[in-house]
Amino acid sequence: MANEKLSLNIHRAVCYIVLVLLTLISLFPFIVLVINSTRLHSEILKGFSLLPGTAFLRNCRNLFTDDNIPMLKGLANSVYISALTAFLTVYFSAMTAYSVHMYRFKGRNVAFRFIMLVMMVPPQVSALGFLRLVIKMHLMDSFMPLILPCVAAPVVFFFMLQYMEASLPFEIVEAARVDGSHEIRTFNTIILPIMKPALAVQAIFSFVTSWNNYFMPALIINSKDKKTIPIIIAQLRSAEYMKFDLGKVYMMIFVAIIPLMIVYLILSRHIIKGVTLGSVKG
Amino acid sequence: MRNTIAGKKKSISYSKWGYFFLAPFFIIYFIFNLIPLFSTFYNSFFENYRIGLMQVGPKFVGFSNYIEIFTNSNVPRYAVNTLIMWLMGFVPQLLVSLLLSVWFTSSHLRLKGQNFFKTVIYMPNLIMAAAFAMLFFTLFSDSGPVNDILISMGVVDTPYRFLTIKGSARGLIALMNFLMWYGNTTILLMAGIMGIDESLFEAARIDGASSLQVFFRIILPLLLPILVYVMITSLIGGIQMFDVPQILTKGDGLPDRTTMTLIMYLNKHLFSRNYGLGGAVSTLIFLITAVLSFIVYRITMKNYFSSSKKGDK
Repeated sequence: MANEKLSLNIHRAVCYIVLVLLTLISLFPFIVLVINSTRLHSEILKGFSLLPGTAFLRNCRNLFTDDNIPMLKGLANSVYISALTAFLTVYFSAMTAYSVHMYRFKGRNVAFRFIMLVMMVPPQVSALGFLRLVIKMHLMDSFMPLILPCVAAPVVFFFMLQYMEASLPFEIVEAARVDGSHEIRTFNTIILPIMKPALAVQAIFSFVTSWNNYFMPALIINSKDKKTIPIIIAQLRSAEYMKFDLGKVYMMIFVAIIPLMIVYLILSRHIIKGVTLGSVKG
Repeated sequence: MRNTIAGKKKSISYSKWGYFFLAPFFIIYFIFNLIPLFSTFYNSFFENYRIGLMQVGPKFVGFSNYIEIFTNSNVPRYAVNTLIMWLMGFVPQLLVSLLLSVWFTSSHLRLKGQNFFKTVIYMPNLIMAAAFAMLFFTLFSDSGPVNDILISMGVVDTPYRFLTIKGSARGLIALMNFLMWYGNTTILLMAGIMGIDESLFEAARIDGASSLQVFFRIILPLLLPILVYVMITSLIGGIQMFDVPQILTKGDGLPDRTTMTLIMYLNKHLFSRNYGLGGAVSTLIFLITAVLSFIVYRITMKNYFSSSKKGDK
């Protein structure tokens, strides 16, 4: 009995050691990022230290007043595109899911299977045709082609559909119809509020996906004042890296990563629950 | 309710709203996904590129872009690069995720601080890959913090130049992919293990099965569909590998294009407006991912219908 307890404790200790090691590996890049964003270029060159410096605000000011790096404009562009994308994605995915869930029309099953079938096809395979289309529509160097396509988001649709099946009783809609509510009105004022938790989780995921997106924006955006954060970061790498103020480099990465991480840490419980909902479970 | 005649009439009169609510998705999907997809196929049969200011084509050339890709270009090599780097990240990712998910769900171990660990290991998944790659580039540069630490610990005398050596450059990319995805995989596998009937574990315990036996005889076989799902979705993601190697290696696939991926190659052709070869490579990637997607579709649908049946009555 005592032996068994001992072996259980050893087993547990091994688990905790591995977990702490993984935590350290996962956090190490971020710890260095946060520390070095508080140090001056000259201090960073002297070598790594675990003690933070005092130049956080100075690095921040240096970054945002640098005329060669359109950081403020980039932030505004990224927030604008991501927010609109998040809104359109959740609104129209809920609408699509509502259609499949609530109505029994001809072709419903085909539509459902089609959406499920294209769910995993990566967008890059049609990027060439997409680019040519955007050129033809004279939409190059504009935000429209980055925002509008997100109306069709099969993964979010599937998440919404599963959520509706679990928590949207037909009776509510029937009752609304008896009360004479218009179908569009029912969707906007009765269905969407019920879907709030699902909308919130998916809005966060869509926002993050759009915020992080680099491939398409880099192909479509040219002018300096339309660049998004990932494009600005990528330029940092293609320019003469050695010439840069490292304090500014770390601050740029800090701005791109840390605000979202803070939001994540506040909402992590809901987000982690959302991870499993849209995919295959047991 | 829907069995009554009145109910039937009602559902018929409302059904047109189904099309109305479905329309935005299909209109947008048709314009921005389907038309571009077919236009990509179409372009792959034409010679159409630019040299400087001179435009060559478009001229119909049949399958010669495809032949070019398989014989004269480095596309097969880039496909192998992509596959190797995916495997280097995926194998440890799966092993670590399996271990963690078994530990987290073990009623025997009852580990504390699970929410904290889950939050931390999932976190890198939400990070901007571009910024993450830039961060790694800075950390692992010749005078970066990692080399500082290695030198001060006496592991190396001169800075280790990570991006000039094939193994370490690929290793860095694999490490980033590992860090970004193992938390996600752990959470998926945990959901799978928690879906296994508790009485199976109970019975095994009564029969005196060791925890290794429980893992190999119960958990692993029952988890197989999810493992297949995780592997194939990860492979589809791996084929799309772009941001991290592109930014880490400045788009060159350093050293000597050993970290060049398929999408990096496609990206080069999209930038230089070489539509013929770009189209052929896109079509190739489409064919591979379409087969993989179909497997995912089968698994997801099977799972969806069996769980909705369970939920019904």
